[in-house]
Amino acid sequence: MPSPNAAPRSALVARWRKRVVPWLVPLAILLLWQLASSLGWLSTRVLPEPWSVLVAFWQLLRSGEMAQHVAVSTARALTGFAIGGSLALTLGLLTGSFKRAETLLDSTIQMIRNVPPLALIPLVILWFGIDETAKLFLVSLGVFFPIYVNTFHGIRSVDPGLIEMARSYGLSGFALYRQVILPGALPSILVGVRFSLGFMWVILIVAETISAQAGIGYLTMNAREFLQTDVVLVGIGLYAALGKLADLLAKGLERWWLRWHPGYQVKAA
Amino acid sequence: MHMTEIDGAVLGFAGLPDSVRHFREQLDTPVWPVDAAPPARVPGLAVQTHALTRHFGERRVLDGIDLHIDAGAFVAVVGRSGCGKSTLLRLLAGLDDASAGSLALDGESIARHRSDIRIMFQDPRLLPWKRVIDNVALGLEGGGALARAHAALEQVGLADRAHDWPTVLSGGQRQRVALARALVHRPRLLLLDEPLGALDALTRIEMHRLIESLWQQHGFTALLVTHDVSEAVALADRVLLIEDGAVALDERVWLPRPRSRRDAAFARLEERVLTRVLCTPTAPSAGEAPVAEPPGDPDPLPVFRFAI
Repeated sequence: MPSPNAAPRSALVARWRKRVVPWLVPLAILLLWQLASSLGWLSTRVLPEPWSVLVAFWQLLRSGEMAQHVAVSTARALTGFAIGGSLALTLGLLTGSFKRAETLLDSTIQMIRNVPPLALIPLVILWFGIDETAKLFLVSLGVFFPIYVNTFHGIRSVDPGLIEMARSYGLSGFALYRQVILPGALPSILVGVRFSLGFMWVILIVAETISAQAGIGYLTMNAREFLQTDVVLVGIGLYAALGKLADLLAKGLERWWLRWHPGYQVKAA
Repeated sequence: MHMTEIDGAVLGFAGLPDSVRHFREQLDTPVWPVDAAPPARVPGLAVQTHALTRHFGERRVLDGIDLHIDAGAFVAVVGRSGCGKSTLLRLLAGLDDASAGSLALDGESIARHRSDIRIMFQDPRLLPWKRVIDNVALGLEGGGALARAHAALEQVGLADRAHDWPTVLSGGQRQRVALARALVHRPRLLLLDEPLGALDALTRIEMHRLIESLWQQHGFTALLVTHDVSEAVALADRVLLIEDGAVALDERVWLPRPRSRRDAAFARLEERVLTRVLCTPTAPSAGEAPVAEPPGDPDPLPVFRFAI
């Protein structure tokens, strides 16, 4: 029989273990990598050692370049997300709620969806040139479809029993929408948002290769030209970190807005 | 102006005896009160249906139902599954439209009384994204909405769970919240569509007591659709059986409240209704002592044999 003090202590240990163990493998890889580079098994042209990556990161940070490039890239990503996302939400709500709108618009949107946005790059360059508009267009296009499809699906799969009940209690029109249909569709919409946040970075990376004067893509491509592989890795690391941040943001939104959902409620340890 | 009023004025003026006037009034009273003046607001709604029919394609679920339910009565509708009792309820609630026939509440169409009708469904149908108190306050307007919702929750004994999410409540508790939600609007007609079917036996008995006491307190008309005959006999003043789209049995329940299931009269009545619902013939057991029927209790049902 475990002593009364053992229970909270083992819970603490278990919690720390859950936090630390996921990092063991990446840490091991990092150590191995550093070792390989230091011992000369890995040429710096192929892969620079972790330490020099860190040094490059620090230098960029100190010179202020990093902040500038990150700010530009993030602004592009978020603007594209805002445009594509709000358009997708509006259209999704429209086609989800009104059968006529669905008949009119949905098949067109599905046809466009099947065109990979990155394949459109030559056309985009022709239409918008190589300035910011082209990049924003690509990001908006990539962000549009997950949110649209999930919004449509979310609206359609609201429990009809709840809608019937709300109608019998005198709710109709906008009040019905706001109190029953939108909250019911929200879990699906947030799934779409998470997908879109992931796509946003992928599309941005490629869009920034078109031609840029600033941004992480510019930083990376410039470094490639000058064979600064450590800066290239810094760029990749930045993309990864920002992607993770976006995912955390989406998760936080979900946890707040879906507090009521049994799947998101914190279970007692 | 109705004939009765004109005649009454003339006859009254002419000084004819009351008995003659009364006789004329009886002749003039139509079966279907068309221009009934809206009564003062009594707590219950009177329900009248005339040749109410509902068919889904070829299948006639309800075929010419004529019903008169007094204001404030508690009526149970029993029948096998698929007999149309839920359809009848949905027609009364305005969730469905009749194929033929008419339906009136206090002599008026349903549309005028939509805010007086509340329905309790088989599943609680609580909005999972609203807290319990907000669920109860659904559709309420005005500043005192939350206070009234809280009072309704107190009546069903869940005032301390007002700020919980519905998903953490048990099935019985959720149905109680649904009951509070229905009652907070002070309905004059409460429709109950097998609301206790999914609950365990003990919770069901508690809910019976709760519903009965709230009905006695508020005085609304209650229509309970159930497959459980003992529930129907325990709660209702009148038990209707819907069979083949028509009312096959209309039994008054004269048992005094509070009703006990161990009561001999209760058991007998339940047996009778159940037998009729199942259409199985009863075998008279030897040595069954004749028990005095309560006043007004009609003759026992004759033995039926159905060739199926």
